[in-house]
Amino acid sequence: MMNASKSADHSILTQSEVVKAQKVVAGYGEKVLWQDANFTINRGQFVAVIGPNGAGKTTLFRLLLGLQQPISGTIEILGAQPTRGNQKVGYVPQRHVIDTETNVECLELVRLAISGNRWGFSLSSQNERKQARDAMEAVGASELAHRPLSALSGGELQRIFLAEALVSNPEILLLDEPLSNLDIRRAKELVGLVNSVVRSRNVTAFLVAHDINPLLPFLDSVIYIAYGKVATGKPREVLTSEQLTALYGVPVEVMRDSKGNVAIIGNEDYCGNFCKDE
Amino acid sequence: MMSMNGLFLDLAQIFQYQFMQHAFEAGTIVAIVAGIVGYFVVLRRSSFAAHALSHIGFAGAAGAVLVGASPVYGLLAFTSLGGVGMAALGQRAEHRDVQIGTVLAFMLGLGVLFISLYTGYATEAYSILFGQILGISITDVLVTLSISIVILFAIAVVYRPLLFASLDEDVAEAKGMPMLIIGVIFMLLVAVATSIAVQVVGVLLIFSLMVTPAATAQRLAKRPAHAIAISVAISLAATWLGLLLAFYEPYPVSFFITSLVFAFYLFVRFAYPRINPSKVQKAESVELKLAGQSKDTHHDKTDERTDKTEEHNIED
Repeated sequence: MMNASKSADHSILTQSEVVKAQKVVAGYGEKVLWQDANFTINRGQFVAVIGPNGAGKTTLFRLLLGLQQPISGTIEILGAQPTRGNQKVGYVPQRHVIDTETNVECLELVRLAISGNRWGFSLSSQNERKQARDAMEAVGASELAHRPLSALSGGELQRIFLAEALVSNPEILLLDEPLSNLDIRRAKELVGLVNSVVRSRNVTAFLVAHDINPLLPFLDSVIYIAYGKVATGKPREVLTSEQLTALYGVPVEVMRDSKGNVAIIGNEDYCGNFCKDE
Repeated sequence: MMSMNGLFLDLAQIFQYQFMQHAFEAGTIVAIVAGIVGYFVVLRRSSFAAHALSHIGFAGAAGAVLVGASPVYGLLAFTSLGGVGMAALGQRAEHRDVQIGTVLAFMLGLGVLFISLYTGYATEAYSILFGQILGISITDVLVTLSISIVILFAIAVVYRPLLFASLDEDVAEAKGMPMLIIGVIFMLLVAVATSIAVQVVGVLLIFSLMVTPAATAQRLAKRPAHAIAISVAISLAATWLGLLLAFYEPYPVSFFITSLVFAFYLFVRFAYPRINPSKVQKAESVELKLAGQSKDTHHDKTDERTDKTEEHNIED
């Protein structure tokens, strides 16, 4: 009891806040990717993480997963320091496509996300199978249960990965570029699905994407990482030429078309080596 | 009925010979272990690492013979060291083909040196390379049995984490699973399984028990437990049939075993999909292929996938 109340006192989060970053500097060793990041994300928000390749979007996820520590500053997730293996955080890594020869059925992968970290031999229990089936149903993938992973299309795979992340009933979802292998129609379908998960389960979802436009109708916040800095806020407020130019100190232009689509144009050479893939 | 009677008579006759008894005992144990471990080897795409381990074992076996010990101890020592070394280099070290190949060639060379220093029978080298199941002693059978019990127990303990880590490395890591430890345990399992399997098929033919049955089984079953059962069944059938055939025909057992697993593989790979097309679902990845030109950092992986898909389509 003592410990619990103590850690609650020390937490910098209020009730509705699930992630809070204060003066965070992130990178590898001496190499700083971004610095001075201050932001707060509330429960039940749908958050897009955007920015050029190599700007440090995945690094933000690695910090939240406890796979990497900030160089300085503090980051809190659900009232505590991020730790590896937090069951409350569901993660879909930036994928590598599953091998064409991996002839293992989808249900098996989703089921392993429940009990795969347990030692000792056990055949799958009824309960586990039901949990896995429920997660697959929640992402509209029930009919894929017995299909081999190798036979899935990109969109179907992402649904299975989402089910895999959801099966342990997480409060936070970290989705790293789930849209990158999908055509526009499937990307929109997946974004709609993530949105319904966020709303129906009051889950907070962070989604890394190259293109913010399919996400715009659903977003509560955007985290824009570029030029070594991090901008956060409501999409309408953050994604303006004035805001981004002022923040980054280089000319950044945000253009909107008649349908509300956004294009962010900046001098991406500025971030040097990190941008070579773009 | 006649033929059944005949078969039983034959078996009775075969088991009168002690060397055939020992061969069946050791062969059965090895087939079970290799069939199970092989499934994970195939799932993790570590077949080259397994192949390399057996070659590293060759130097160990030859060294053991040189100092007058049983080859299986040399095999165990060298493959375990090699396996732990590969695992300790990192999860993806199992796939560093060039580095592994370099070490493999050196170890084979070392084995050749040991063999040439050995002044006894030259057949030792031959039996390490191609197996010596018909010359197996009761001590070897007992050693094989004890080792196998340890392996099976270890697999029972690591079954789920190993399966999950093999299927989805990134998520498993994020869930806090000890990837390095799992990797080391896996390579140790492969090392030890390889060491005992060498007695049956030899260093050079290790694929036939450690990879081919599991690769065949993976085409037939989508659930790991089922695939493992099929893998064991195939390696058992090939070993038993191989021993039976070798009893009557003057050709090496390992030739029969390798031919039988190869025949199974060919059948499942090419004939089975025609007989039972519903069971074999091909990757219908046209959509993925079209979307494959993503600009993310995983260029090579996407390309690899596209290549493989094309290969599939050509075969269709």
